[in-house]
This record gives sequence, C-alpha cells and structure tokens, in this order.
Amino acid sequence: MSEPLVSVRNLKKYFPVRGGLFSTVRAHVHAIDDISFDVYAGETFGLVGESGCGKTTTGRVMLRLDEATSGDVLFEGKSIFRLGREELRRQRRDMQIIFQDPYSSLNPRMTVGEIVGEPLTVHHIASGKAKDEQVRDLLETVGLSAYHIKRYPHEFSGGQRQRIGIARALALHPKLIICDEPVSALDVSIQSQVLNLLNDLQDKFGLTYVFIAHGLNVVKHMSTRIGVMYLGKLVEVSDSAELFQRPQHPYTEALLSAIPVPDPNLNRERIVLQGDVPSPVNPPAGCRFHTRCMYAQEVCRQEEPPLIDLGDGHQVACHFRKSFDQQLLARTI
Amino acid sequence: MARPEVEQAILDAEELAAVRQVSTWRTLLESLLHNVPAMLSVVFLLILVAVAILAPYVAPHNPLQGFVQGLTSQGAPVPPGKTFLLGTDENGRDILSRMIYGARVSLTIGIVANGIAIVIGVMVGMVAGYFGGWIDTLLMRVTDVVMAFPILLLAIALIAVTGPSITNIILVIALIYWVNMARVVHGMVLSLKEREFVTATRTLGVGPWRILFRHILPHLSSAIIVYGSLGVATTVLLEASLSYIGIGVPVPMPSWGNMIAEGQATYQVAPWLLIYPGIALVLTVLAFNLIGDWLRDALDPMQEGK
Repeated sequence: MSEPLVSVRNLKKYFPVRGGLFSTVRAHVHAIDDISFDVYAGETFGLVGESGCGKTTTGRVMLRLDEATSGDVLFEGKSIFRLGREELRRQRRDMQIIFQDPYSSLNPRMTVGEIVGEPLTVHHIASGKAKDEQVRDLLETVGLSAYHIKRYPHEFSGGQRQRIGIARALALHPKLIICDEPVSALDVSIQSQVLNLLNDLQDKFGLTYVFIAHGLNVVKHMSTRIGVMYLGKLVEVSDSAELFQRPQHPYTEALLSAIPVPDPNLNRERIVLQGDVPSPVNPPAGCRFHTRCMYAQEVCRQEEPPLIDLGDGHQVACHFRKSFDQQLLARTI
Repeated sequence: MARPEVEQAILDAEELAAVRQVSTWRTLLESLLHNVPAMLSVVFLLILVAVAILAPYVAPHNPLQGFVQGLTSQGAPVPPGKTFLLGTDENGRDILSRMIYGARVSLTIGIVANGIAIVIGVMVGMVAGYFGGWIDTLLMRVTDVVMAFPILLLAIALIAVTGPSITNIILVIALIYWVNMARVVHGMVLSLKEREFVTATRTLGVGPWRILFRHILPHLSSAIIVYGSLGVATTVLLEASLSYIGIGVPVPMPSWGNMIAEGQATYQVAPWLLIYPGIALVLTVLAFNLIGDWLRDALDPMQEGK
C-alpha cells in the first residue's frame, strides 16, 4: 500500500438547526466531527455505525454532494473541495455512488437506456448507436439483459433496479465507488447476489469501494479494512480480519456481538448497549461513547480519547483499550 | 451472465411487467369515460373551439354589420327569431354571429395569455426552487409583490398605461397570472431536487439545466396540465371583466365581456343581449374547471403509483 487514492483529512460537517421568528441558527447537528482516514486503490473500505452516526453524510461529503464545514478530501492528492464547477464536473467521472434505495434513485420517467446512457451523453463519451451498444454491454456486465434497455424502472424488482444503479455508476469507468448501504433495502436472498456482483466488478475493473453499512456482518463479507463510526467520530479503524479477531473499542465489541450466529446451541454472551444514541446536536463531553460504555471511568467523561495507532494501521480511540483488552481476553478464555 | 436462478427471476419479472404495462393515455381516456361532467365539458369545448376556428363559415351574418331588418320600426333590438336566431342588439347586429366571433377573441386571449403565464411561471418557479439562495429570494419576493396586488386593479392600471388592444390584454393577463404557477412549481421543485434520482444525476456530472429540463420538468407535467386548465377559466373570466368595464377588447370587435357590458343598458326590454353571452361565458368557465378537476384526480395517483 503506497499512496492513498482518497484521503479524508479532519473532515467536519455541521448542519445548522434553525428556529425562532427570524430562523436564526440555534444549534448545530454534529454529523461528522473531525474524522480522518485513507482509502487505498483497489481496496474496500467499510464504514460502519448506527443510523445517524454520520456515515452516509461522510459518503456524500466525499463526493461533494454536500459541502463540508471544514477539513479536506484529497482524491489522488488533489483537494476536491477546491475544484471549480467545471473541474468538479469532470472529476465526477472518477467517483461514483450507489444508493441505498433502488426505488428512489432511478428516475421513474426515464427508460433504463436513458438512465444508464445519460453519463455517456453528458461527458461526450458516446452517442447514438455507439451509446446504445455501450449501455447494452453495461447491462450485461451487471447481469441484466440487453433488451431491458427500453424498459422503465418500475418494471424491475428491487435487486434488478440496484443492478441498474450499479450499471449507471460503472458507465464512466470510475476509480472510486461509494456504496451507500447498497443492499440494506433488498431481500436477504437478493443481498448476496448483489454483493457477489460488486465483488466481481471490483476484480474486473480494479475498483476501489467505500462500503457504508450499519452492521458488521455485511461489511465483513466485503471489506479489506473497516472504520467504525459512532456519533460523528471514527472510534476504530483496522484491517478487517484484525478487527473481527481483536476488536479494541467497546463499541466495536458490541457491534460484533450483534452479528447473528446460525448455531442455536452456541451459548454466546451478547452485549446489549443500554440507552439510546445521544443527540448529535449536543454530543456528550469527553468520550462520546461514555454514556453507554460498560467500562466508562471518570476520565472518559472528562477527556476525549484521540485516535491512536497501535501499529499495523490498527487505530482506536479509547482510554482503556489495554485493560479492556485483558478483560475481553479473560472472558474468551 | 449470472447464475440460472437469477435468469429465471429476471424472466419471471419480465412476464409480470408485460402484463402490468398500461399506457398512460389509455388510463386517462378510461377515467374520462367514467366522469360524465368532464366528458361533456371536453365535448363542449371541442365544439366551441371548432366553431371559433370556423367562425367565418359558421356565423350566419357579419358580426360587425348593423342590419336594417335587425331593428324594429321603433329602433329597438329584435328578439330571437327566424332570421336572427338569438336576436339582435341595439345596433341591429346579429347576437349569434357576434358570440361566435366573440368566442374567437375570448378563447384566444384565454389560451395564449395563460400559455405565456405558464411558461413564465414554470421558468421562474424552477430556477428559484432549484438554484436557491439569493435568486430564490429575489424571484419569490417579486412573486409575492405581484400576488399582493388586487388583480383587477393591477390590470386596470397596466392597461391604462399601455392602452387597450388584444396584444396588450394578453400580455397584461400573462404578467399577472404567472405568479400562481410560479408558486406551485417552486414548491414542487424544492421537494423534487432532494429526491435521490436527482442527486444521482448530479453525481454523474450532469449540469443544472439538463437536470431541470430532463429530470425535473417531466415530474411537473401533471401539475402544469391541471393548473393550466384551471387557469384558462380564470383568464377568460378576467378578459370578460376587463372588457365589461370597457378597457378590454376595443369595440366594435365583439368579445363576450363587452357584449354583456353593452347588453346591460337594455336588459329590461331586451334581455337576450345579456343572457346568451352570459351563458356562453359561464359554460366555458365551468367546462375548464370541470376538466381541471378531472385531470387533477386522474393524473395524481398515476404520478405517485409508479
């Protein structure tokens, strides 16, 4: 692993909360609060966390679909936040997104051919017969048929629609695709098909994925590295295998214990987190997880733990990672 | 190509889709057959438009000519009879012919003025809603200002400045009525631009104008059709009101509005001067309203059902 394809540097995104007579800014939702990570070419970086933790916002800000409050995103070393409108439009060829909801992400009034062909038209890649030819190829690449080109989105099932969304994202031969919970709206039986397709496409086109999901089970299947988010913060970043074997953060541990194991006889200790996620408008002081953490001490309420590298790129933001590690060890033995 | 079970699933879904496929026009036509008032309105308006277009061939007399036999020996209007089906006015002109030519004027103004109003309103609403920021504030405050004026008063003031002629009336009506469409479109664009398929096209590097015209405009079409048809009724009525107060279509050119105004003087002895153009006006406005209502019901569920 040499130079990262994408570097996220101290990214922050606050949404203003307006209210009152003159709709003045009352407070801010701290959707993303100072996160940094690197994504390397050819890998799949999984981004996990509960709903509302800022993972989707991270994806959107990385593509500049929302403007960041501060921080930077470097794509191949260039800041995408400093691009002009036309430069950004051209840059979009390299970075695409696959949306969570295959029903709302396709224009119901356009045919599949128009939807998948549009990027080819606006970037002057192909038109007329050549465009149709490319669209047919793309449809077959994602496991649909060439004659679907004249159909409308409502004539397809959820899984097929997601394939159309994938074909559209592939049309420009991007380097990076952000997969924003691409399978969570699909039936379980269809999920693995779409995941396998994404894996195949990665091998075929050398794609880099940022794979956003709310549970570790889907990410495990896909990712080379994983970042765990909690309330706008990255709490742990690690190699995928390492994360599953030796989780360092109590939140990661809780997420891991929530993965269902298909063995009724296995008596496993489940960590059920107490309470709700605190409001991102007013995040807790100190460690953001202390309100629900079973190991929380006084220091956790006072001081915010920095993200520390433990070596081998395993980073964690917890004051007690060592003692906690021993406790975990004690329990597994 | 993927695994056989995937292929099978795709084939199944295709069969289903083929069965479900129903054309929009056919659904629309079927709903019209179940809606008698709307169907009668459509028939009435088709006849009216045909009559207006074919006026020179359909009208029994010259609408501007005063006939000697069109006045009684005392010089009063002739009541409806054989030569003059709907009677004559105090100048001996044939009411029916004047109404037929009047339909031309009233419908032209109603449709053209409304058409211009729709174009302005849709453009303003789309640009304000999509781009937001100061453009939005500027355009929508202008809309608010125009909306705040009493319509008739504003029209009178504008025509007093420009002088009454058909072109001026059309422009004035258009300049007043675009605000309604702008408001409706603005609101719809605000919600449409947050839809995921719009975000998706933005990610592809599609420019804002292409997004507006290719992706957002088609979703506005049913609202435009509904408000457009309701708008024709209002514009026809405003034209009649302006002509009625004497600043609309210049006499002697007939319009339903100025015919009613002229008939007012003699309605006690010759009520037909007033009644027939009045009925034509009421029926036309009613027909446009009924069609607007029908379209609203017919197009709405189809838009969201997909």
